[in-house]
Amino acid sequence: MVVATMSISADPLPPGDKRQRFALWKRLPTKAKVGAVLLGFFVLAAIIGPMVAPYDPSFQNPLPSLSMHPPNGSYLLGTTESGQDVLSQLLAGIRMTMELAVIVGAVATGLSVIVGVSAAFLGGVWDEVLSLVSNVFLVIPALPLLILLLGYLPQRGQTATILVLSLLGWPWGARVIRAQTLAIRNRDFIAASRETGEKTWRILFFEIVPNEVSLIAASFVNTVLYAIGASVALAFIGLADLTSWSLGTMLYWAEGQQALELGAWWWFAPPGIAVALMGASLVLLNTGIDELGNPRLRDASSASRIAGRRLRPTDPTPVLQTLREPRRALAFLHSFSRSSLLEARPPRSDKRSLQAMPIVARSGEQP
Amino acid sequence: MAFVVRRLAFYFVAAWVALTVNFFIPRAMPGSAVQDIMSKFPNLQPPAYKALEAMLGVGHPGSLWHQYTTYLDDVFHLNFGTDLIEYPAKVSTLLGQTIPWTLTLVGTATVIAFFLGTALGIIAGWRHGGWLDRVLPGLMFLQAIPYFFLALLLIDVLAINNHIFPIGQGYAGGLIPGWHWSFISSAIYHSLLPAFTIVITSVAGWMLQMRNVMITTIGEDYVLAAQAKGLPSRRVVFTYAARNAILPQLQGFGLALGFVVSGAIIMEIVFSYPGIGLLLLNAVTSNDYPLMQAIFLVITFTVLLANLIVDVVIVFVDPRVRAGAGA
Repeated sequence: MVVATMSISADPLPPGDKRQRFALWKRLPTKAKVGAVLLGFFVLAAIIGPMVAPYDPSFQNPLPSLSMHPPNGSYLLGTTESGQDVLSQLLAGIRMTMELAVIVGAVATGLSVIVGVSAAFLGGVWDEVLSLVSNVFLVIPALPLLILLLGYLPQRGQTATILVLSLLGWPWGARVIRAQTLAIRNRDFIAASRETGEKTWRILFFEIVPNEVSLIAASFVNTVLYAIGASVALAFIGLADLTSWSLGTMLYWAEGQQALELGAWWWFAPPGIAVALMGASLVLLNTGIDELGNPRLRDASSASRIAGRRLRPTDPTPVLQTLREPRRALAFLHSFSRSSLLEARPPRSDKRSLQAMPIVARSGEQP
Repeated sequence: MAFVVRRLAFYFVAAWVALTVNFFIPRAMPGSAVQDIMSKFPNLQPPAYKALEAMLGVGHPGSLWHQYTTYLDDVFHLNFGTDLIEYPAKVSTLLGQTIPWTLTLVGTATVIAFFLGTALGIIAGWRHGGWLDRVLPGLMFLQAIPYFFLALLLIDVLAINNHIFPIGQGYAGGLIPGWHWSFISSAIYHSLLPAFTIVITSVAGWMLQMRNVMITTIGEDYVLAAQAKGLPSRRVVFTYAARNAILPQLQGFGLALGFVVSGAIIMEIVFSYPGIGLLLLNAVTSNDYPLMQAIFLVITFTVLLANLIVDVVIVFVDPRVRAGAGA
């Protein structure tokens, strides 16, 4: 889904050309495909889940025989201690967790674009201050601060959690986007649009941001990942609206009512596995896209073998190989390559990252 | 040296931000929220009530500036006030009892995970496409599992069903903490499963990162040159490739520490491990605000200190930083 948007922005495919679209899908690394399919499954579950849920997730069946009942035909994932249907809770929980994560991802990524782009573009004192703030909030551990903030809030509902998570979720993205903007800022087409008298805000939003779409998408995926992890952890320790059903509150109730000690695996395993699979799908998607951008990271089957014993001095390096690929691939690929979020590597100093960008400069010129 | 001084200044700013945020959070809450908090403690002793008033900034604790300076002075003298729930215990006493547990467990496990992950990453990066490289997607799945959920599963399999490890707690009931063997061995035995959980969940991150940097480094010309002049593989891997690939890894260590610590806190709760995470949970569930604030400060300061140590290590391993060129 993310991939499709990015490829269009890089070079719009002629509408209706299904074969080309399919070709793009085929070029995706297996990891990205698995991730996309898995994620699609969860998005589907989030959208139609509550509609197809067999029971009301909060309905407590008073029948004593239905307390902690193992999975059977009418209760596919069994029941909780108070006779609630685990499957219905799971479907409601996926919806709620997904909803929260996507909103937090959108808001926090928006913030990081604003901070990152303006820091790099305004430069000077602004850059110093904004970079300092994002670095400070990167180094302060987020979870204790989240706990403190939520602990003081009078209401701990979905809105409060979204607000607090968005407030603390932007520094990573801002840092990466700032580095990328610094690299783009001095390119010829920016200078050209400045010379033609374009206003600053137009340069920012119509020249710079579109060139960072792939990076922003990666940042979004990572923020969603963070939001899922943090919200589930917070709900697990009870810092959430405990009357609503999210994957975290499910785990909270399962743990609190001794599901583990009583051996009710069908109660605590599904929400945890759902979180893990959602997280894994996002990680796979991101790593897969990453490999598309940096061919060296690919599996040996698809990357040229440059490492270990297979190295032959005459092998062309993969960078040369990519340069020979059609330009469409390049424009799409290279905004990712060096500053991937997943590498969790702080961007090198500005001077150096400018030096390291010749490939981007060559490939990204407007046709 | 200039590098360390600059980093020191940065951590100083970060510490100040943490202190100030900590000071303003209760004061920024809407008035009714503060009333709510106060009304949760109807049976409070007058001195504790007064301390709470001063902390939340209600009543007549003086001007904001005066409150702020008093607060900074208190924190500087490690005076975090009186605990609300276990009155009249001092917050700093409670912290002192729990910090050693967390520091030993989380510290040791994180360092082990870092070295193990880096070593595995070197191998996976070097033998690109080898078996270790192929199990990476599986490891990424492990990384995506929330710490606490993996902890739950491990407890279920290894402690409840198979009785290999204890279910939780820091040491066997009935033992008196002290420097004698029966207590120490019990504490080590109880820490094995939590430590194992931390290592398993965080090792994949270090490994993936090291692998990626390693693969990029292997493509550099100097590695090719080293191979071309016929150096043994071992020497090329460790002296040429890994030696350079470890620098971004170290810088990443400082930044990732916050995530690791956060996860470990939650994990302690699952194991009922008598560390700072469990204390934080108790503080949250009983609305023990002074304790919550103190724990936030302690965790933040520990992470900052660990970052500083990593920076000093970077000075030793990166000659560019020593020469004052790199950043």
